[in-house]
Amino acid sequence: MWSHLRPAIVSMVFFILLLGIAYPLGVTGLSQALFPAQAGGSLIRNQAGEIIGSEWIGQIFKDDAYLRPRPSAAGKDGYDAANSSGSNFGPLNEDLATRIKTDAEAIRAADGAGPLPVDAVTASGSGLDPHISPENAARQIERIAKTRGAPPAQVAEIIAQNTQGYLLGFIGRPRVNVLTANLALDARYPKAQAKP
Amino acid sequence: MDWRGWAEIVFTIALTVAMGWPLGIFMARVWAGERTWLDPVLRPVEALAYAAFGIDRNKGQNWLGYAGAVLAFSAAGFVLLYLQLRFQNLLPLNPQGFDGLSPHLAFNTAVSFVTNTNWQSYAGEATMSNLSQMAGLTVHNFVSAGTGLAIAAAVARAFATDRGENLGNFWVDLTRTTLYVLLPLSIVTALVLVAAGVPQTLLANVEASTIEGAKQVISLFPTASQEAIKQWGTNGGGIFNVNSAHPFENPTPFTNLIEATSINALAFGTVIAFGRIAGARKEAKALIAVMIILVGTAAAAIYASETLTPQPAMIAAGITDAPSNMEGKEVRFGPAASSVWAAQTTGASNGSVNAMHGSFMPLGGGVAMFMIQLGEVLPGGVGSGLYGMVVMALLAVFVAGLMVGRTPEYLGKKVEAREIKFAMLAVLILPLAILGFSAIAAVLPVALEGLLNKGPRGLSEILYAYSSAAGNNGSAFAGLTANTPWWNTTLAIGMLLGRFAYIVPVLAIAGALAAKPKLQPTAGTLPSDSPLFVGLLIGIVLILGGLQFFPALALGPIVEHFQLLAAAASR
Repeated sequence: MWSHLRPAIVSMVFFILLLGIAYPLGVTGLSQALFPAQAGGSLIRNQAGEIIGSEWIGQIFKDDAYLRPRPSAAGKDGYDAANSSGSNFGPLNEDLATRIKTDAEAIRAADGAGPLPVDAVTASGSGLDPHISPENAARQIERIAKTRGAPPAQVAEIIAQNTQGYLLGFIGRPRVNVLTANLALDARYPKAQAKP
Repeated sequence: MDWRGWAEIVFTIALTVAMGWPLGIFMARVWAGERTWLDPVLRPVEALAYAAFGIDRNKGQNWLGYAGAVLAFSAAGFVLLYLQLRFQNLLPLNPQGFDGLSPHLAFNTAVSFVTNTNWQSYAGEATMSNLSQMAGLTVHNFVSAGTGLAIAAAVARAFATDRGENLGNFWVDLTRTTLYVLLPLSIVTALVLVAAGVPQTLLANVEASTIEGAKQVISLFPTASQEAIKQWGTNGGGIFNVNSAHPFENPTPFTNLIEATSINALAFGTVIAFGRIAGARKEAKALIAVMIILVGTAAAAIYASETLTPQPAMIAAGITDAPSNMEGKEVRFGPAASSVWAAQTTGASNGSVNAMHGSFMPLGGGVAMFMIQLGEVLPGGVGSGLYGMVVMALLAVFVAGLMVGRTPEYLGKKVEAREIKFAMLAVLILPLAILGFSAIAAVLPVALEGLLNKGPRGLSEILYAYSSAAGNNGSAFAGLTANTPWWNTTLAIGMLLGRFAYIVPVLAIAGALAAKPKLQPTAGTLPSDSPLFVGLLIGIVLILGGLQFFPALALGPIVEHFQLLAAAASR
């Protein structure tokens, strides 16, 4: 056993230097040089250069002029990008049933009665899901168009421009990026800016 | 449920096996010490390493020497990692100013990463400094995987040896596997992930002012470099709390495909490499067939459960578009990609997740748990899946031998009492650790405090946690708050038992097999490359691995399923 002591300790130090320092720093250097935007977190800035979010991280939208994201269990108020979390509720959990009922009622009050897409009332695994389903977005078009005084067809088109489909026709699911769609809406129909 | 979902599941598993094949051929060359195209760069590094370790690369070890080296290396890694985590506040590269970890959390985490479990009692973005992630956790993602692969190489050599005792040299196997296989794969994968949107920066976080004027602190890390090895090394411990469900770890269906395939590819490759070294290529294909059949069945079962089970809460709220279960799932992945990932990660002792298993439907979550309880051999962790499956194969030929009354053989080696005793010792560790600890936790108030869900789902949280620990998986029904002295300590003990109380008997078997003469097959030998053998081995895995857990599963996921059906019917 003692004959193993030197290789055990020296190899651990060797691997820490190679795999713990050189490897991540080397990959960081290469990434920053080759793909600086992605390596930095795909941040989105406004014209003044201030960071308003990341393409991949969902955020809260309450205003009627915006697409609304899914419910979120990240942090106290949801979409806390320093505290990712799902609800971890099992399907028979009473708190889950209550949350779904409350959310469904609120959505029907805002966007009209009728069937709801399931992603609109379920919390994502990360609590930071940047996307909603196209069906979920479609249900919100009328409200957004009315609030912004824009033709619904135009709103639908902007949403379509921020929608991605299947990879190779069957991989992943179609999805609308809520943040980029809302930014595109603001750029096209900026009057919503006046509303708090 | 739709044809695209089924196509995605089939495609993911097929691509995984297709990637594993050439990797296995390459890995066999690396283990045999042959020249590869990476030699010009890596030979000098390798030579430098052996000189520093003070070892002779040509000097082999018998099974005791090999096992001793594995244990010494793991112990050294554990001590260094424990100290590093405990005192991360005194070390550099801690931009968020995180405190050192509590003693029980540092113990749990150090054990977790040294044993290739990567259970996360901590929330990465709120606990770990950059140095801890890089020089602590990332390092062990590599070397715990390298350790498993090295042992697989030793087991493969045992079958090729005729009356010898040399299983190879652990330090050489570890170093070569890490340098020639894991490191190049990780560098390429990390860069592809960054190009597709995964961050790789030493910045701790940025503060954003959202459109509606709120403040959002966005955690960043050198994510891609750890993500790559966490998948390839079947580690699974994420940078972030929610692992590969986090859009920074896994932003698109493309990154998801890369990460999902890299969970299992190397484990399939290990079987190919085993077949080449042990001179049993056809028999290796039979093992792969068993793995594909069972992991594919599990993926299909989870997908069916997640898309067909009625949900009372949805019915009550009048949501007619159900029943696809999207609680805990990301829109970009949906039920199909989440289901196939769940089957791959639980079949592989990986434990990374792209959806929250704790919110799966009862049977979907139950299948995931069952996959872990089958012994992590489908296709298992890198290295550990192969040697686990070899143990199952030895038991299969033994059972077949009992039926016809002949001394069983596997790959030209007689399987006798000593090997079977060690094999049983190894496979009994799992039920002992899982059911033993679960039984205690189920009646202990200090343990029950950690549960989020009540009733059968609460029991499932307990059962899943100990299965995950002892199986060295690392995924969770994350409703459980595990960062308490009770959970951290007992789960760590489960992980240690599941890793080392398995490895030592396996190496003892390898030593015993190596010492035996290599026999030529006779008319009385059960062919171990036939469909009959595949069926027999599936039976052994299900009965031996699974049957002992059925009573516990009946009280957890199965009873919950019927509760759910009853609740849905009464709406």
